Amino acid sequence: MIAGLTWLLVFQVLGEVVVRVLDVTVPGPVAGMLLMFVFLRLRRYGDDGSIVRAGSALLRHLQLFFVPAGVGIVVYLGVLRDHALPIAAAVLGSWLIGLVVVAWTAVGLERLLGKPRDDLEPGPHGAGEAA
Amino acid sequence: MRDDLLDLARSPLALLLVTLLGYQAGRWLQARTGGHALAQPVLPAIGAAALAITVLDVDYADYRSATELIAFWLGPATVALAIPLHRQADRLKGFVVPLLVAIVVGAATSIVTAVLIARVLGADEVLEKTLATKAATTPVAIALTDTLGGIPPLAAVFAISIGIFSAITGPATLDLLRVRDRRARGLAVGAVSHGIGASRMLREDETEGAFAGLAMGLSALAISLLVPVLALVLF
Repeated sequence: MIAGLTWLLVFQVLGEVVVRVLDVTVPGPVAGMLLMFVFLRLRRYGDDGSIVRAGSALLRHLQLFFVPAGVGIVVYLGVLRDHALPIAAAVLGSWLIGLVVVAWTAVGLERLLGKPRDDLEPGPHGAGEAA
Repeated sequence: MRDDLLDLARSPLALLLVTLLGYQAGRWLQARTGGHALAQPVLPAIGAAALAITVLDVDYADYRSATELIAFWLGPATVALAIPLHRQADRLKGFVVPLLVAIVVGAATSIVTAVLIARVLGADEVLEKTLATKAATTPVAIALTDTLGGIPPLAAVFAISIGIFSAITGPATLDLLRVRDRRARGLAVGAVSHGIGASRMLREDETEGAFAGLAMGLSALAISLLVPVLALVLF
């Protein structure tokens, strides 16, 4: 467990070094995630390794770790109340547009590349195109 | 209440305990409801801690430093998101181009539409910056909003809220959109609603769950890289 946590901190520190040296606004832990992903790929890292065990243990409780940040909501309840409409519209609108764009881009490119898939049960009107 | 007991109630020890108890209550609720999307453990935890500091008249800044022990692990846990990404990377064969293009286009769309909709409806720049990151997984949304100059606690709330909303309505919306490829379905939900959406897709189907997890990780990366660039244009 401690060996795995040590590795995670090593990659987090490396990530912090990279974003400082390159002077980019990417968060250090995200750069660390990218570096560790490359490391895990190159090493063909197995599921029984210390990094996977420690990391999976942390990820199971990811929600706990952002509770302290989330509690800050008490300070900003006024902002939420005063800007309820733009917030709700931006969050929901951007979610729907994003969902449509991602799904249709992926499906459209699959068709373009000639590999469409239909994984769901055929509907009453038949879904014969790929059959 | 006696002063020394009140001091104890305001101590880091008691505040950490309240936070952990709230989280445990949330986990219990999640198990009791069979993993319903509304029953996210984070909600009772935030509720319990927010109530405690309000009743005890503790400053948020004091609560924040009392619980640094918990918040510290957000960084290493974010690094650990590389693990599911690594374990699912083999599923990508034959789907790399649609996946990567959709993720990048989707990340840019999420950021730009959130900012522009908020702007049209009269939000200020700080709020726009806070909304820009809401499709990213919560720890990344918090960190990115912080570097941008937004309000991290609100970014956390936006990311959690849209995750829950998407977990409940995502599959039905995809049916309406006639998206029938399970890879694309998982991809779409993971890209716009990170881990909370991904856990719903995992209950629907293993492939959808895996691609949602993959999309969450890649979208977090794409949003991190695109937000600073798009910020130059948008702000």
